[in-house]
Amino acid sequence: MRILALDSSGLVATVAVVEEDKTLAEYTVNYKKTHSQTLLPMLDEIVKMTELDLASIDAIAVAGGPGSFTGLRIGSATAKGLGLALGKPLIHIPTVDALAWNLWGTASLVCPIMDARRNQVYTGIYTFREGKLVVLESQMAVGIEELAERLKKYEGTVIFLGDGVPVHREKLEKDLLAGRDILFAPPHMSHQRAASVGALGIQYYKEGKTETAAEHKPDYLRLSQAERERAERERAERERAEKEGAGKEPVC
Amino acid sequence: MEKDILILAVESSCDETAAAVVKNGRDVRSNVISSQIELHKLYGGVVPEIASRKHIEKINQVIEEALAQAEVTLDDIDAIGVTYGPGLVGALLVGVAEAKAIAYAKGLPLVGVHHIEGHISANYVEHPELEPPFLCLVVSGGHTHLVCVRDYGKYEILGRTRDDAAGEAFDKVARAIGLGYPGGPKIDRLSREGNPDAIFFPRAHIEDAPCDFSFSGVKSAVLNYINGCQMKGETYSQADVAASFQKAVTDVLTEHSMQAVRETGLKKFAIAGGVASNSSLRASLEEACRKEGVRFYYPSPIFCTDNAAMIGAAAYYEYLAGTRHGWDLNAVPNLKLGERQV
Repeated sequence: MRILALDSSGLVATVAVVEEDKTLAEYTVNYKKTHSQTLLPMLDEIVKMTELDLASIDAIAVAGGPGSFTGLRIGSATAKGLGLALGKPLIHIPTVDALAWNLWGTASLVCPIMDARRNQVYTGIYTFREGKLVVLESQMAVGIEELAERLKKYEGTVIFLGDGVPVHREKLEKDLLAGRDILFAPPHMSHQRAASVGALGIQYYKEGKTETAAEHKPDYLRLSQAERERAERERAERERAEKEGAGKEPVC
Repeated sequence: MEKDILILAVESSCDETAAAVVKNGRDVRSNVISSQIELHKLYGGVVPEIASRKHIEKINQVIEEALAQAEVTLDDIDAIGVTYGPGLVGALLVGVAEAKAIAYAKGLPLVGVHHIEGHISANYVEHPELEPPFLCLVVSGGHTHLVCVRDYGKYEILGRTRDDAAGEAFDKVARAIGLGYPGGPKIDRLSREGNPDAIFFPRAHIEDAPCDFSFSGVKSAVLNYINGCQMKGETYSQADVAASFQKAVTDVLTEHSMQAVRETGLKKFAIAGGVASNSSLRASLEEACRKEGVRFYYPSPIFCTDNAAMIGAAAYYEYLAGTRHGWDLNAVPNLKLGERQV
């Protein structure tokens, strides 16, 4: 089995071709160019270097979110275009699960944090038991304070990773989790790696968790700002109407 | 007879997800458009993030439908054309990333297309005899340009708006008189019931630049008129305001277009873009062209709105000229007309 894996959900762009017993190639770039400029040239480089026949891949795994909205769509559209042209299925891998996979095998708690702006992180809480990823809290968008509270339910060392670390490290160490055993993963395992997306991809493929290229869409974990504001406006209007309605009720 | 060139074109620069298959730049084999307009109506205009999200949900279905309707597969396609600017960056990126991936996987040449050059090329689709040089008035929600098409792929801008695009003015006025979004078709329809000479709204002329446009003045004049009526507690006729506003815009577009006709001496004049569907503008330009002895060309409404057939037409001539984009092609939201980023 051979899986092409892509992740452009965060700062890095990363592409890999993985098989069950080897990583054929992995290419990760953390540079100022946009993912639109890097992702496909990186795949092209891998294809040339490994003399890869794209028709030989079984499926395309893509980090399906959360992450930068635009970054996710570049990865998704690339995967969808490849899937359409090659007639191959897609595998939607939760971004945070793939990040956790970077720390495969640890018995500690694994807590990826991606900077989600608006004072939130995209995160989840994981560990490994007998080499299997255990999702203790599935991926979510929450404030760093709420994440710290959730972590207090679980015992053991916490290993943080992801591009949210530089933003929140000091607050976690000195304030929110002061006194707790916490570690921060070094750079080689702290960012998105397509080989991790691919490893989970193999697992999903075996479990039959694939989708068609047409079906695939990113899972943003968040509404757009316009939808959020509209929902808030409608809720406020509904509450006001209810209040006014309640005032008009006859008093017995 | 040279080999036929079949192009699959993709367009996602604003709020329509579109794909088309076009043979030799003029023969439209399929033209599929998935419009998001009903969704954006809820917000009174196009919301970029929502547009981008809808594009990614629909794009494969739209492309597959375009291939199916044309009764071809990707193996029959000679090149992929895609709009890479101008437009909403997040929306453009969906089409660009998708088109690049398809072209890459099938080993096909990739041809990036300028959205407005696409609109202009819509005229090739229905007028097989139309060839450059000709003049083209491009009027849409985001653009107002008077363009001299010197040759295929060679554009010279003779005039442009200094502020609002013509379609933008339509949208803003429609909102002010309570018609909602999108404003163009609604004002066009309501104007038929109104008197275009009921209210005089100003026609802006720019000194030293007789082919340039300005629509913020006429828009403000309409808003002031409405405010004035409301302050005095008077009612106003929506239809008269719509018709009078539409006439003011039409007059300026026609007058400046004919100025360009006389300056260049060209005998062919075309219109393009969403506002090119406006019935009053078409009638006015048709009449003016007749008087000037100029042949008037216009696309059907389906080719005026954003579509991919026009992108396929433009891509064909770019393809013939040797334009090939790399796998690093990016969306360029402010791409200039005639500009080439290869």
